[in-house]
Amino acid sequence: MKDKKIKNVFKEGAISSEFIGESIAKHQTKTSIGAHNIFLGQVRADEIDGKTVSAIEYTAYEDMANEKFHEIREATFEKFNLTCMHIYHSLGKVKAGEICLFVFVSSPRRKEVFKALEYVVEEIKAKAPVFGKEIFEDETHQWKVNS
Amino acid sequence: MQLNIKYFGLIAELTSCGEEQLEFQGTKIEEVLEKLFEKYPDLKTKDFQVAQNREIVSNDSKITGGDIALLPPFSGG
Repeated sequence: MKDKKIKNVFKEGAISSEFIGESIAKHQTKTSIGAHNIFLGQVRADEIDGKTVSAIEYTAYEDMANEKFHEIREATFEKFNLTCMHIYHSLGKVKAGEICLFVFVSSPRRKEVFKALEYVVEEIKAKAPVFGKEIFEDETHQWKVNS
Repeated sequence: MQLNIKYFGLIAELTSCGEEQLEFQGTKIEEVLEKLFEKYPDLKTKDFQVAQNREIVSNDSKITGGDIALLPPFSGG
């Protein structure tokens, strides 16, 4: 199910488990699907120099990021036999333990979704201009760098 | 030519603004950067990529006008 329209991937704040659950439920009518695979990125309470991360505040070059997400979607549909794919990324503050990235791929067959999901997530990490500010409990911060 | 310069993440923190207009006479990205380094000397010590009209470009790319963005290392997900 390819579509050419550029979608807005961003959601304000954390991605709720209700939203994720509803997304799964919506696919019950798509009965050609035999396998879903889901990646959930969760904010980690990293300890850095004795201080603990309490939240990450995300900002993005939204126009460019949405174009990049679109290109990643197109490339993923080219490479893998997928029925559908959904990507959501948080903007603003997401507390430790909450979900900031939700990637959902579906296919008739399981092998495709295992490979496709890893590809999509790695591409997002490398190509989407999204920036995370790690906020500590004492309100100081540092800028996150993806490893 | 009038350029619209956008800053993100730690770069926006350094420039204290997210976006500004720059009157520019020149042809290449590196010339824009030189001008920005004059205004914000600390920029030189930072790691960033440049996007022109939402595509990553190199320092010797030609200016085509529009939006120039300074992007620090990505940290989405």
